[in-house]
Amino acid sequence: MYDRAAVIKDLILRQPDGSGGSDGLLRRVCDVAAQELAASGVGISVITEDGVRGASAASDPVSERIEELQFVFGEGPCIDAFASRRPVLISDLGDLVNGADGRWPFYAPAAHADGLRAVFAFPLQIGAARLGALDVFRDRAGPLTDAQLTDALTFTDVTVTALLDRQAQRATGGHADIDDGAEYRAELFQAQGMVMVQLGVTLAEAMVRIRAYAYTEDRRLSDVTRDVVARRLRFDHDER
Amino acid sequence: MTIVSAERMAKIFVEVADTLVDDFDLIDFLHMLTDRAADLVSAASVGLLLADQHGRLEFMAGSNENVKLVELFQLQNHEGPCLEAFRTAVPVINVNLGEAGGRWPQFAPRATAAGFQSVHAFPLRLRHQVIGALNVFGGTKGGDLEDTDVPVMQALADVAAIGLLQERAIRRGEHLTEQLQGALNSRIVIEQAKGAVAQAVGVDVDEAFALIRGYARRHNRKLTDVARAFVTDPAVLARVLRD
Repeated sequence: MYDRAAVIKDLILRQPDGSGGSDGLLRRVCDVAAQELAASGVGISVITEDGVRGASAASDPVSERIEELQFVFGEGPCIDAFASRRPVLISDLGDLVNGADGRWPFYAPAAHADGLRAVFAFPLQIGAARLGALDVFRDRAGPLTDAQLTDALTFTDVTVTALLDRQAQRATGGHADIDDGAEYRAELFQAQGMVMVQLGVTLAEAMVRIRAYAYTEDRRLSDVTRDVVARRLRFDHDER
Repeated sequence: MTIVSAERMAKIFVEVADTLVDDFDLIDFLHMLTDRAADLVSAASVGLLLADQHGRLEFMAGSNENVKLVELFQLQNHEGPCLEAFRTAVPVINVNLGEAGGRWPQFAPRATAAGFQSVHAFPLRLRHQVIGALNVFGGTKGGDLEDTDVPVMQALADVAAIGLLQERAIRRGEHLTEQLQGALNSRIVIEQAKGAVAQAVGVDVDEAFALIRGYARRHNRKLTDVARAFVTDPAVLARVLRD
């Protein structure tokens, strides 16, 4: 049942780098997601905790523009998904343009004029750690199917992991693929909170440090986090 | 177990209605429901699980929340009453754990070792979907649910499902997926905060949870908001150390 994540990960790894100056990894995610979700395009924005937009990517120039527009106007699905920490699913943008509820008064008509008809935005997050958002754009109205919705959520999970791993690999200077399969997931999240306090860093940074340690020591992530929670392993004095 | 009195039932539903009209914290609400469910039928423990997008059951709230019990809930992604109730949409009632070794070879002995004698599970239903399960453990021999208990417990499970939709559904007709994802992520925030507080205060994660919950109650704040503050703002965490 969980193999779909592995399939998606593999598709992203095998996807050739798109042209243009945008972020290579994120661009590959956008390209594969657009194909798999029957979307006209996909955009990703990395956003810092205080709302500043960092790296970004899109599957094509139109999607790049539609993604950018949100940050020009300071409103839109991706910004709302990030702020509310939950998906924002708009299956008919026309309702917003014609409706009186006043959601995205600048973004909705502008994106509609660019051909956008439906948009689905998903926060890139693990608990309280937020990294950005992923937007699925369509040039036709209508909801995602249940299978597409599940896939879209899997894409966001894979993207979060890829972003953390990229930082972890920068920290270790190596390339590795760690075993993510944790049975007892609560421990994974508890360990993130513990390491955050041990090192006095952000939660996201704590996740990166735990993953970097698992790479370097060639250990399963779940074994490392179990040791952290059992207080057999601390990151503030015996890391590396 | 004892037969539920109409008066106690009425009290609970008034409490539920009171919560649902206000801006409320979903995890707190689910905790309240599991507490009341445990009281009603004198159960040893009650827990609530929600399915994520892959159909994996995630622990959301429990009448008591310790590591061993949470593990018992999570084990049920492979086998157990919650998985059965989730998959079939039919309650699993009055299973004697001592005799359930064939049905659930991993779950039954672990549950017995944790001190439980009987187990029950009710599907969390929302329209045509099953979104999770309410798990009830009995601790004493003869701790079976009476016939009249069954619809009462199912009603509490249904109320839990409604609460999930209600939390923010009034705003802009949000979808179930939006709510579910928000709820699942809130639970992760609480686990992260348990870790942070356990490390900062020097207690175990179970005690850390009690501290977070106590802090939220004393300051009349939502559990999830307090938990999030603990893992995003070091100053807040420092304050709890002095509190």
